[in-house]
Amino acid sequence: MENTIQRSADNPDVVTINMGPSHPATHGVLQLVLQLEGERVVKCVPHLGYLHRGMEKIAENRTYLQFIPYTDRMDYLAPLASNVGFALAVEELIGVTVPERCQVIRVICCELARIGAHLLWLGTHALDLGAATVFFHTFKDREWHYDLVEDLTGARLTTSFTRIGGLMHDVTDPWLGRMREFVDAFPGRVDAFESLLTNNTIWLQRTQGVGAINTEDAIDYGMTGPSLRATGLEQDLRKSRPYSGYENYEFDIPCGTEGDIYDRYLVRIEEMRQSVRILDQALKNLPDGPINIDDPKIVLPEKKRVLTSMEELIHQFILVTEGVGCPAGEVYHSTEAPKGELGFYIVSTGEASPYRLRIRSPSFNNIATLPHLVEGGLVADVIANIASLDPVMGEVDR
Amino acid sequence: MADGKRAIDAMIQRFGDRVRHGGEHQGQHWCTLDAENLLEIAAWLRDEPEMDYRYLVDVTGAHFPDETPPMEMIYHLYSHKHDDYLRIKLRTGDEGPVPSLSSVWKSADWNERETYDMFGIRFDGHPDLRRILMPDDYTEYPLRKELPLFRG
Repeated sequence: MENTIQRSADNPDVVTINMGPSHPATHGVLQLVLQLEGERVVKCVPHLGYLHRGMEKIAENRTYLQFIPYTDRMDYLAPLASNVGFALAVEELIGVTVPERCQVIRVICCELARIGAHLLWLGTHALDLGAATVFFHTFKDREWHYDLVEDLTGARLTTSFTRIGGLMHDVTDPWLGRMREFVDAFPGRVDAFESLLTNNTIWLQRTQGVGAINTEDAIDYGMTGPSLRATGLEQDLRKSRPYSGYENYEFDIPCGTEGDIYDRYLVRIEEMRQSVRILDQALKNLPDGPINIDDPKIVLPEKKRVLTSMEELIHQFILVTEGVGCPAGEVYHSTEAPKGELGFYIVSTGEASPYRLRIRSPSFNNIATLPHLVEGGLVADVIANIASLDPVMGEVDR
Repeated sequence: MADGKRAIDAMIQRFGDRVRHGGEHQGQHWCTLDAENLLEIAAWLRDEPEMDYRYLVDVTGAHFPDETPPMEMIYHLYSHKHDDYLRIKLRTGDEGPVPSLSSVWKSADWNERETYDMFGIRFDGHPDLRRILMPDDYTEYPLRKELPLFRG
């Protein structure tokens, strides 16, 4: 078994050790088999699949609406972002655009998800490197964020908030008031996190110049998201391929220069501030109007109408039993999820379920760079590298 | 948005009938080609400055058991320089083989392993073709259509 330390037969100085899948610092069920020569990592072989649930197979046996809850369980630290990404892909397949109010609420969802995901990343990343204080601060604010998510969707994690062609329900004025409080106060919290780490000598020594990757290699490995931007490439799908009206918001794309762990840290910290900036504009410019497209063949009717009107009852019945009518065709649609490019490739034959649904997950491709980052480095830096890539195993294994 | 159209026109101009326009949906174009030409065309797409497809977004497969050949490979590429996506498809037999693109783009490595794991398609020249999500001793290929979702 790989659980015991093994000495290499031809080089007794090289030992093979097993890290994970049940290890507090592998951020889920990631297993690494490391060959070490003293403190140096000679070779790193990641083993995946401990959280594989066969989502792509399940999708072929579910209607498009039924698959939305499964998207919660991909990046379970930012389920709202996956909900939006999937709904947009199916809407692209059908060729419909949701009303403006829905687009703005979806932007709020995406940015709230980004802040939540980055808060978990920051807390656990600092904890992994021994800075426990940061963890308590970020998790306190993460609860604040989860309270907002729960008030909006009814669930902390299993949000399932989007529908094909709209949303589960509209936002309420009290919730918008609580969001306003969050947007006004949260930048001060980011400053507080930064005061603990950005100029902290121990933090700098553990992160600067460690786990560096250049832009060319990062693209070659398929790295996306904050880790790619930390190498200096200004690539963000919210700017290059704006969806859900992102072209109407003013925000910057933070970039690094070195591509090391410290730059990934700086990029994500700044992304939280930019997310707040987007949230601020979205709350100020939330238009009135419907949240769902006006098409009873796609959007579920209002419950009140279902119980009183024959036509709505029929539409409800057809949509639930037979699903949304999608045309035959195929699309690839990607969104800038907190971890990077989250793409859905849907092949439809015109039936209620996708013929093939491929999930291009950012964490899967980001974690593929891990051997490149850690080989030749110190074993203690393996922990720092994993945390800085911010993988979510639910999304890696799907 | 006419993703892929520009690149496919250039590919047809360069490679003639070895590249065929496959279709279009919602402004996304794709092309089809044969497995034996894949490596040459992939390297050209990456290195030709007018193309500059440095980023292999995704590699995956699809199973069409009623068609011959039954296995389809689907590659998604993206060029940062030209802000253009491109989808390439090719058909192959039940177990392939398809040339591995891991020598052209490193991201092909794990994605091809997953395609092998899920569909059983072999990749020639892959440095480490092992299962990646399913256990090593698993004998079937989950995303093939003949495998049911539940087995009673």
